[in-house]
Parts: sequence; structure tokens; C-alpha cells
Amino acid sequence: MATTTMTGSSTRTTPRRRITKPLAVVGLLALWLVAWTLLRGQDMLELPRATLTDLHHWLNDVNDSVGASRNSSPIFLYFFNEIRAVMDALVTFVQGLIAQPAYARPVPVLGWLGVVALVSYASWAFANWRVALLAAGGFILFGLQGLWQESMDTLALTLVAVFVSLLFGIPLGILAGVSDRFHRLITPVLDLMQTMPTFVYLAPLTLVFLIGPASATIATLIYAMPPAIRITAHGIRSVPAPPVEATDSFGATRRQRLTKALLPLSKRTIVLGVNQTIMAALAMVTVAALIDAPGLGKTVIKALQTTDVGTAFNAGVAIVVMAIVLDRVTTAASVRAEQGGGEPNPRIRRLLLAGFGLVAAVCSYLSYTYLWASEFPEGGQLGEYLSQGATTVTTWAQHNLADVTAAVKDGVTIALLNPLEALLAESPWWLMGAVIVILAALIGNLRAAAVAAVCVGLLVGTGLWNASMITLAMTLVATLLVVALGVVIGVWMGRSSRADRVIRPVLDAGQTMPAFVYLIPVVALFSVSRFSAIVAGVVYAAPVAIKIVADGVRAIPESTVEAATAAGSNTWQTITKVQLPMARQSLLLATNQGLIYVLSMVVIGGLVGAGALGYEVVAGFSQGQLYGKGLAAGVAIVVLGIMLDRIARAAAQRSDRAPSPNHT
Amino acid sequence: MSTDTAVEPRGQVNDHQTPVISVRNLWKVFGPNAERVPGSAELAALSRRELRERARCTAAVREVSFDVAPGEVFVVMGLSGSGKSTLVRCLTRLIEPTAGEVVFEGEDILRADKKRLRELRRRKFSMVFQHFGLLPYRTVVDNVGYGLEIRGAGRAERIRRATEVIELVGLDGYEHSYPDQLSGGMQQRVGLARALAGDPDVLFFDEPFSALDPLIRRDMQNEVIRLHRQVGKTMVFITHDLSEALKLGDRILLMRDGNVVQAGTGDELVGAPADDYVRDFVQDVPRADVLTLRWIMRPSRDTDQLDGPELGPGVIVRDAVRTVLAADRPVRVVENGELLGVVGHAEVLDIVAGNQVGA
Repeated sequence: MATTTMTGSSTRTTPRRRITKPLAVVGLLALWLVAWTLLRGQDMLELPRATLTDLHHWLNDVNDSVGASRNSSPIFLYFFNEIRAVMDALVTFVQGLIAQPAYARPVPVLGWLGVVALVSYASWAFANWRVALLAAGGFILFGLQGLWQESMDTLALTLVAVFVSLLFGIPLGILAGVSDRFHRLITPVLDLMQTMPTFVYLAPLTLVFLIGPASATIATLIYAMPPAIRITAHGIRSVPAPPVEATDSFGATRRQRLTKALLPLSKRTIVLGVNQTIMAALAMVTVAALIDAPGLGKTVIKALQTTDVGTAFNAGVAIVVMAIVLDRVTTAASVRAEQGGGEPNPRIRRLLLAGFGLVAAVCSYLSYTYLWASEFPEGGQLGEYLSQGATTVTTWAQHNLADVTAAVKDGVTIALLNPLEALLAESPWWLMGAVIVILAALIGNLRAAAVAAVCVGLLVGTGLWNASMITLAMTLVATLLVVALGVVIGVWMGRSSRADRVIRPVLDAGQTMPAFVYLIPVVALFSVSRFSAIVAGVVYAAPVAIKIVADGVRAIPESTVEAATAAGSNTWQTITKVQLPMARQSLLLATNQGLIYVLSMVVIGGLVGAGALGYEVVAGFSQGQLYGKGLAAGVAIVVLGIMLDRIARAAAQRSDRAPSPNHT
Repeated sequence: MSTDTAVEPRGQVNDHQTPVISVRNLWKVFGPNAERVPGSAELAALSRRELRERARCTAAVREVSFDVAPGEVFVVMGLSGSGKSTLVRCLTRLIEPTAGEVVFEGEDILRADKKRLRELRRRKFSMVFQHFGLLPYRTVVDNVGYGLEIRGAGRAERIRRATEVIELVGLDGYEHSYPDQLSGGMQQRVGLARALAGDPDVLFFDEPFSALDPLIRRDMQNEVIRLHRQVGKTMVFITHDLSEALKLGDRILLMRDGNVVQAGTGDELVGAPADDYVRDFVQDVPRADVLTLRWIMRPSRDTDQLDGPELGPGVIVRDAVRTVLAADRPVRVVENGELLGVVGHAEVLDIVAGNQVGA
């Protein structure tokens, strides 16, 4: 992709260098094809599913010895086990409050009535009555769906993860906001946490913290803490200078400067960070079902494993509703944090606060004491209707849309996926490795080539070279589709405000959804296959890419487009000659982000038939003797991600510098 | 010392008074190893551009010295990039100076530790900023009481004092408005009130009116003059606007590229520019509004009839025009009973018509 952009924009620059580069790439690809036809099938480094390499055995041994030393090694006794115990205690405590029977009671401390009342009351007090109604409706829906306990488990884990994330994240963010040194220190760590495919650190975590709620919560807070730190630091750093300088000029201490100027002035941004943290936590908590986290995610996974689309859909709806409720309530709370409540009379508000507080307390007491207010009443058959409806639609679609879906599926599989997979996976590993390294040097730079060489070496070392290449082929196909969608829809949105208004909320909603939910309709339409995995990746990554392209196109100065129109360009010419070249940076960024997002769905794809690395990771979680192999597969995904990211960045840098001869 | 460049007759108006602030050889250099620049005769002698090329440093303030007398309005003037805003921040160490002395009431501020510096900022100094620096989530009364809050005053005292000062700057009735509900001029009044609330000894103004419309700016200048008369504080006022400097300043320090070009009263700058840069700078000033009779009088000649009207040497030319033109003989310029010189029709007309003096 980078190469085409370069040729497109280079017509007026020095011809010698410009023409040799794309020619070299084409030449390399041609050579590769020739070599492939001759050497196809040799040195592929295939590894049968049940076969393990020495590394995998060694990792299994590490796992065993870690398991054996869990109750003897001091680092476990005094560190990891303590963390796990604290996490477990927190989770059990909150679960006991709202989700699981506890304290010698057959039911949780708070029943459905209490939870609904408290959630609505908090939503009203911190935000407004509209979102309070939304919250009440959403939570009652969980009960009607027959998913009350699962929902409360998910909520409990989310709450604990968010609590711990904020407990550490906000102070760290404040520190990063006021200290340049700490900011420099922590930025690369956060970068790493965010570029790393998120599902990958599940495996090493289970090694240390075992499978279960503690690991799930820790994985979640690793994922959810970076936004809290980053956004808090950003909020503090973007406080305008004049009020802070004025504060200093009155002789404020460091503490006064923080509490009287920096924090109040960045309050809204920090609340926004809380919102992001909650959304990230919810997304991860559902995925953490892979390592045995209780809740809605588990229901979805179990259903997907038996291709029970109806049940998966029902639980998926609950996840989506919870995401919407949490998002709206915290967004409304952040608006309130900025503008104040706007009540005409604070005294009336105080009265109402006390009154509704009393009502919520009474409801809580009722739900503590009486069974009817504790266990959600049976008889709400909504869940079953939803399941059956979804199953019916799926069956109908599979019968009646089969022609269309099969055509799409076969088209992509036969035209793109199979040839690419054959080319990548059936080349001898040394040929494929050489092609990657040389390509990195040609479209990127020497440093990218060096990184690529190291990554190729590591991939061979994991013993999963062949699986990595299959995953790479799927990733590339998915990225290609993501970029195509990004360009088409992004340009459309960039050019038409109306399209932007209609599509953007859909994309926003798509981004707040936990990744899991996408799988359900995909499986419904395309059943379990490599193509389903690709579609899941595309659906997950496309909103980001589309938004980046749309913003890029939108950011082009009006006058430039006007000048093109004045010169008599038609729409197509305006797009291809002005808007796309000028949005080149955005296109490259969209490609890069698309790659990373697609790659982070690889593990999830393993659940719906992706095979290769994703499958190995999932299998590693469930089967003890495959643990080492799964861990190695996780590493391989990270290595692939780093390699692709570095090559794409180097290519972007190069094309950034390319037009400079025009300016000078 | 730079004030030496000012010529007689009133080189330093306040020679006999102890200065409130006394600045000696103050340097502020930005860049790597900045502290070596002031000490090195070789580096210190370089021009701004050479210094940047040689040492990758920028000298924003170079060897500046001046005194501020009690109760005066001392204006630091210069174009953007001349170092004036950096200079005023160095005085309270909002920017840490690289070298030199800032003596306030006999104490070198640059040697003060953090605690003492905070104490000075809380009790002795306050500042009014170009972009106001108000806190948007606080009402006017809470913004004005902010400095008092920082120094730990109780709420009742804050409100009492804030209400007083709000009245002083003419904002009564707006106590409970938020800054974004006020116009720019009114916001700066809040800034002014906030600076006055702590009853400081010295007020620093950093281009306080540059962001305002011309008409509002004039109102605010008059407001400052009125407040100065009313409360009699020492003021250090930064501006890039010559007419503002001439209007407000008892004395003016003109800066260029971090250096002091000239320091003196307004009429000294206009009447006796130290170099071509100053001359160029003051070229468009209506001279009759600035110069006094001292600058245009000539020694009396034998032919003069010395029984004309009598005026002091400090009278502005514009105010003397009618008297001089109405008299049929030269006006005598007299100070303490001594005849300094005379002013006739020719001298006055030269100035009003725009001819050069002191060139």
C-alpha cells in the first residue's frame, strides 16, 4: 500500500530514484513468484497440531515448575500470591454484594431491586434523570433476559478492575502530568501496552496468577489502566498556562497548584478518562472469559463453541446494553462535571437527593430481606424469545442468503486468501524470510529491515513459522479489506457532512462494543471458517480506519478543494488528485492501525475457525499439554505485530519525506 | 549602567529615594549550559544570533540594570521578542534568572529559598496577566479572593476583602458571575482586583491590555491611572505600545534584543533619543504632547523683552501653546525664581509643526 501511494505522489520528483524503487519491489515480487513455483512445499517448517517442539516442552516445564514453586518460592509467597489474594478478595467481596450467594445467605447481599435502585440513584445524582431511566431500563432488561446473575458477575469484575485501575491510574497520570521525567519514562511503556495485541498477555498472566477471576481482573486492569494514565496526564498537560502562572504568582505551593488549578481545570478530561477506562474494562472482562472469568463472556464463548447462535445473541445483547448504559452514564457525568447541574434551586436538589437516597436505601433493604426483591422473578421469557428469534433469523439466513454469503465467502477465500496463504506459507522459510527483510528495506529503511530480520528469526524460533505465515496471510487480507472500506466510506464521510452525521454514531457505537459481540452475527452468517475470522477482524478494525480517513479528508483546507473545483476537476479527479494524496498521512495511519486492530482479533478469530496462531492460543488455555505451544503462539502474534508495525511506520516516514523536493 | 545613557536635566527623578526594586546585571539565557554565558566575557559580547549559532543559547535578558522608586509607575517597553515579558517574570522568579541581582527592600530575591519566595509572592507582589489567567470554574468573587485563599485566609475575610476590591475596580453587581460571562475588559478588571486584593507592595502588569479593543484599552489605562492615584502602589508595567508607555509611565525602560537601549522619562526618550533605534521608535509621537518647555526653551537674548508671562519648565508644550501665542513677547521659563530660558512663537510652532528637537 505504501508503495502505491509513493508512486502516485512522486511524478514531479527526481525521476532516477523514484522509478527504481517501485521497479525493485516489482522485481523482488517476480523473483519470489518464480522461486516459489520451483521450491514450493520445501522447508515449510510445518508443525502438526499435537506435535511440540523443545521450546514448547520447555515452556510446559516452566509452567509445571512455576506451578510447583507456587507455594514455596518467596517471590510467589510474598508477591504474586499476595496480589492474587487481594484481587480474589476484592472480586469475591463485590460478587458477594451483587452477584453470588455469600455470607451464609442463599442469595447475594443486594438483590435485583436494590441494585437497580442504587444504580439509578447514582446515575441521577452524578449525571441526569434521563440516563438514570436508561440505566434502570437496561438493568431490568438483564433480569428479563434471564441473565441477571451473569450480568452482575460481569459488572462485579468490571467494577473491581475499574476501581484498581483508577486507584493506581489517576495518581500515576497526575504524576505523568506534572513530571516531565516520569512522562518520558512511562510513555513508551504505555505505547507498548497499546500496540501489543491485547489478548496476548492472558497466557503469561495465567502462568503467574492461575486461571480464574484474579487473572481475569489483572488482565483487565492491564488493558484498562493505560487510558486512565494517559488521559489524566493529557488533561493535566493541556491545562492552559495563564491560570497556572497566575496561581504561581500568588505564591502557591506545589500542592495548592495541583488542587486549586491543575485538577479543577482538567476535571472533565479526567472524567472522560474514567469513561474510557470503564469501556476498556468491560470489553476485556468479557474476553477474559477465555481464562475462566465468570459472567456474560463465558456464556458467549460456550455458546459459540457449540455454534448456538441464539444463546450467544441473547448474552451479546446484554453485553451491548451494559456497554451503552455505562458509556452514557459516564459521558453524562463528564458533561455535568464541566457545566454543573444547571438546577435552578440547589435547596430543592438537596431535598431530592435526600429523598431519592432514602427510596434507594429502602429498596436495598427490601432486596436484602425479601426473596421477591432479591431473585429476579421467573417468567420473563424475553431471553428465550431473543434466543429463538436469533436462531430463526440465522436459520433463515443460512437457508435463503446462502447463495449471497457463500459467494462472498468463496470469492474472498478463493481469489485472495488461498493464493496468498499458499504463497506465504508454502514458500521455504528462508525464501519467505528473505523476501520480508528485503521488502522492509525497500519500502521502509535499513532499521526496519534489521527489526524484520530479528522478528523472522524469533518466529522460526517459536517453532510456529508455518502457522505464523497462515495468520499473516489472513491478517493481510483482512487489512486489505479494512483499508478498502476505510478509503471508500472514509472519503464519502469526509466529503459529505450528511453521510458523516449518519455513519459516525454507528462507528462510535461499534467502537464501544466489546470485541466479542461482533463474532455472533458473523458466525450466524458465515458459520465457523477462516473467512468468519477475517470478517470479525474487519468489523473490529474498520471503524478506526474509516474515522481516521474521514478526519484526514475533512482536514484538507476548503480552499484547496475549491481551487481544484475551480480548475474544472470532476468529482473523481478531485478525490484521486487532491483529496487522497493530501490525506496520505491519514491513509498510512489507517493502514497501520488497521493492521494492529486486525492482529489483536487473531486470538478471538481462533474461536471461530481461524486456525493457526489464534487456535494455538485458545487451545493452550484449555489443554494443559498444549500450554507451552499456546504461549509460544502468543509470543509469535506479538512478534508479527511488532514486525508489521515497524515496517509500516518506516514506510510512512519515508513517504512523509518523499515530497520535500517539491517544497524546497 | 544603562540609566547613564539618559541625559540631564532629570536623569533619575528619584535619585534621593531608596529604590523599592533594584535590578543589577540581570541575565536570562535559555539553552544548554546557559549559566556559562553571563560569566564569559567572550560569549556575553556576542550578538543574539551569534550566540545561538555558537552556543545554541538564546539570551532573552542581557545585563539589565535599573531601579524602581517607591510609588512610581515604571514601564518596560519593547517590541515582541525584546525580552520584556521574560524580564518581569525574572523579577518574581516565575522564570528563574541566570545571573544578576534583584534587590527588593534590601533583600536579594534570587537568594531567597522556596519558602521565602512564596511568602514574598503572597504578601509583597502580585501580577496582572495579558491573558487574565482567571479560573473559569470560579465566580468573580472567588477569583478575586484567590490570592487570599492561597495564603490561607478564612472564607469570611476573603469575601469581605474581595467585595471591597470589586467595588474599587467598578465591578459591583458581578460578584457571582463566571469569567466567561464577562467581556474582555471586565475580565481584566477581575484580574486587576485579584492583584489588588492581597494589598501587595508592588504590582506587576504583563501587557495587561494588549488583548483588548482600543476603546476598552483606553478605559483601562485611565482606570490604572485612577487606581494609582487612589492606592499609590508601585507598579512595573510591561507594554509594547509606546503611547501607553508615555501615558502611564513615570519612567520608561526601552528594551531591544534583551538589552536596555535607553531608560528615562517619556520626554527624555522623545527629546533625547539615545540612538537611531529609539529615534525611529519615537518618530511618530506627537511631540507637543510629550515634551515640556525645558526641551524647547532657548537662552534669553539681549533683545528679548523679559516681562512676558511666566511658566514652569515642566509644563507640557501643548498646554503652553495658547499662553505663548497670546503673548506678544517671549514666555519666561522660571524654576524656583531662577530664569532658565525663554520660549517664543518660533519654538512652539517648530514643535507643533513637527520639527526635530535634540536630534
